[in-house]
Amino acid sequence: MPRDHYLNATYGIRSWLLTTDHKRIALLYLASVTFFFFIGGTFASLIRIHLLTPNGFLVTPEMYNRLFTMHGVAMVFFFLIPSIPAVLGNFLIPIMIGAKDLAFPKINLLSWYIYLIGGSFVLYSFMTGGLDTGWTFYTPLSSVYSNSAVTPAVIGIFINGFSSILTGLNFIVTVHTMRAPGMTWFRLPLFVWAHYATSLVMILGTPVIAITLLLAGLERMFHLGFFNPALGGDPILFQHLFWFYSHPAVYIMILPAMGVISEIIPTFARKPIFGYSFIAGSSIAIAVIGFVVWAHHMFLTGEATYAAIAFSFLSYVVAIPSAIKVFNWTSTLYKGSISYDTPMLYALGFIGLFLVGGLTGLFLACLGLDIHIHDTYFVIAHFHYIMVGGAVMGYVGGLHFWWPKITGKLYPEFLARVAAVTLFIGFNLTFFPQFILGYLGMPRRYHTYPPEFQVLNVMSTAGSSILALGYFLPMCYLVWSMRYGKIAGPNPWPATGLEWKTDSPPLTENFHVTPQVDWEPYDFKNRKDLGLEAGAPLAPAHGDD
Amino acid sequence: MHRTGELYGQFQTLEQQKETAALGMWIFLVTEVLFFGGMFLTYTINRHAYPAAFGMGSNTLDIYLGGFNTVVLILSSLTMAMGVWSAQVGKKSLVTIFLILTLILGGTFLGVKVVEYKQKFDHHLIPGYHFDISYCAKSPTNCADLSPAARETEDKQLEEAERLDPDLNNHAQLYFSLYFGMTGLHALHMIVGAGLLLWLLKESVGGRFGPAYNTPVEIVGLYWHFVDIVWIYLFPLLYLIDRKAGR
Amino acid sequence: MSEHIVSPKIYVGIFAILMVGTTLTVMAAFHDFGAFNIVIALGIATIKATFVVLYFMHARYSPKRTHLVIICAVFWLAIMLALTLTDYQERPILGQRAAPDAVHQLPV
Repeated sequence: MPRDHYLNATYGIRSWLLTTDHKRIALLYLASVTFFFFIGGTFASLIRIHLLTPNGFLVTPEMYNRLFTMHGVAMVFFFLIPSIPAVLGNFLIPIMIGAKDLAFPKINLLSWYIYLIGGSFVLYSFMTGGLDTGWTFYTPLSSVYSNSAVTPAVIGIFINGFSSILTGLNFIVTVHTMRAPGMTWFRLPLFVWAHYATSLVMILGTPVIAITLLLAGLERMFHLGFFNPALGGDPILFQHLFWFYSHPAVYIMILPAMGVISEIIPTFARKPIFGYSFIAGSSIAIAVIGFVVWAHHMFLTGEATYAAIAFSFLSYVVAIPSAIKVFNWTSTLYKGSISYDTPMLYALGFIGLFLVGGLTGLFLACLGLDIHIHDTYFVIAHFHYIMVGGAVMGYVGGLHFWWPKITGKLYPEFLARVAAVTLFIGFNLTFFPQFILGYLGMPRRYHTYPPEFQVLNVMSTAGSSILALGYFLPMCYLVWSMRYGKIAGPNPWPATGLEWKTDSPPLTENFHVTPQVDWEPYDFKNRKDLGLEAGAPLAPAHGDD
Repeated sequence: MHRTGELYGQFQTLEQQKETAALGMWIFLVTEVLFFGGMFLTYTINRHAYPAAFGMGSNTLDIYLGGFNTVVLILSSLTMAMGVWSAQVGKKSLVTIFLILTLILGGTFLGVKVVEYKQKFDHHLIPGYHFDISYCAKSPTNCADLSPAARETEDKQLEEAERLDPDLNNHAQLYFSLYFGMTGLHALHMIVGAGLLLWLLKESVGGRFGPAYNTPVEIVGLYWHFVDIVWIYLFPLLYLIDRKAGR
Repeated sequence: MSEHIVSPKIYVGIFAILMVGTTLTVMAAFHDFGAFNIVIALGIATIKATFVVLYFMHARYSPKRTHLVIICAVFWLAIMLALTLTDYQERPILGQRAAPDAVHQLPV
């Protein structure tokens, strides 16, 4: 371990709570998002247990509505959206571009506090009556008729939006103005490109959900009529405003994970990534096209025919850049020298599961088919394949990949591989039956179901217990490794990014000397400084060798 | 705590620091465009649906107060730009003067808004249980000032609007919800702007802004001009609907 | 921002243009141009806003990146407005069909 690094630079709780070091802020976020993951996961467990029997034995119907709503709110707004950008993005982006910190370090810290304040309002809402409107807050249920604690929740999510906006703002400005000499746009790691695209979505989309929830909250508090038909308002307008953000939000959730995969695959295939500029460009394309597909969530609201056709077509178009990425990752594997380390297992799992999730999204984008599978478990399975099979696996895989850099320690490799496989099996057992259930017609957000669906539901619940184990294991051994893990060294894999040239853990200022970049990214053949000789066999360092 | 004008730790040069601050403010303004944009969309949909109610609502606004406020705000943008210029050419005392002028003009704008809001309150035009578009609908001043003839004309216009739109009161309430929402959000942004100006004033009195360093004045200026632009759109959209009959 | 210093004469000139625009928009409001009422009002407002952006906000003297940022903001707003409006081509706003109803009293 280096003598001086960011973890031992200063001591005491104030040095953490008032830090402006992007690496410490990343760890603050790590703690917070893990907490909300627990909250969301608890609600998910309760849902799955309740659905073991057709008549639902665990909770009342009203309580069931609260369970799926709070699961959604906690997971979407307080886990999925911040996770990779605020934890891995914050930690890595300045180091990857050769800077000492982000452009606005104090705003970075402010982002975290805003996240906490927003989270507190939402937790208050959970504890004082809960939320039963669905995470989608459709009006007039949310703004007029619901008897749950909608107002504090809406305030909390509104506030949390600014955390997202400030993070995105920070990333965009940082990438434009803080790159080290020689770090041109096309030498940037694809992780940075992915976060740049994500940040575009954050700053262009989040303000719209902010104003939408503000209007819905005002409507609820002062009995205004924006979205209430009885007063002349339009609930569909709420849906347009809501989905204008919430569809691009799913790209906020997946683009960073794709960035992680783009870093892991070349490392464990020992090859430059195939089609670098196409992967970079496709990230931007997804961010942009993702803004013009939102009304595919509204196909069954009586949407205008030509509008529906346009949105359906564009929803197919937005799949193309994603497909380009999948092709390029796969092509990177071809003739690569592949090692199945834990991060690689997560990355390979990502490619398969994202493929299923993405393709089933196309099923849903088809107007005729959507009439039958909208609001069924097919939709739930689709987005969980992307969010859990994609985003969460990207997050966990990224945590493993950069764990040596963040902590200076190696995690135990065998146990980690077991956990990865457990997660993969548990995930598929949980969610694949849901595709079938949805196709057979089981509606979503219902607390009961016809008895003939019980077998598949029980299978899904059983899978969720295995999935939970798959999450629980890393929480244990990663924490264990912080104290007892083997020392990692600067570049255990080895990988080619600038971050692997720094110490593990890095200095507070990241670099002793500002780097001068004169190499291309993922150039495994020519990086003698990393000890990567052409043709030499390479073995990643493992925590349990 | 860094003093303004010094190089912050994460930057290599003052030029990089300045470039970063400016880009940061521009991107923040992008988020503001989308933020206000959601309400502009709501306005568009509702005005298209309820033209009679929106016309009636708009006609209760005082076009003179609104016009005066528009002039005041644009003038404040001028004084703000002049404040930036003063810093760029090194006339440090002028910076303070122009910042004070901008503050006074901004304060005037907010004062007029208070007057307007009070009028709405008196005329039962605040959305809620007491909202009633037919109460002194046309007179922006004191209802008692209306001559019987004027009152009769107004009653006729009200009847005409109600014929076109049986649910006039609810739809007019929608107009006023948007009126208060949009001008209220705008006023909140002006209050924040005033706070920023006060901070700038404190720094400028210390002679801190000159040709070598004037970034904070520049970027607060960007914010202030943006707030002006929002009002440039709000004024015709809220005050000038259906004025053709000379109302 | 670039250090191109804009002279006060230009600022005052732009202010004058903005005053003309304000006067025009009020005058135009008292004439009936039918469907063009809104076009004229928004058109004048946009011209005024453009002058503020170009000269007061120094966009004219800013790097291309700033132009891109401004264009993106306007373009995204346009997407939101235009694409939402396509949905309202075939159907009226829902509230138009609903019967007037009493305002409900509800817990907050």
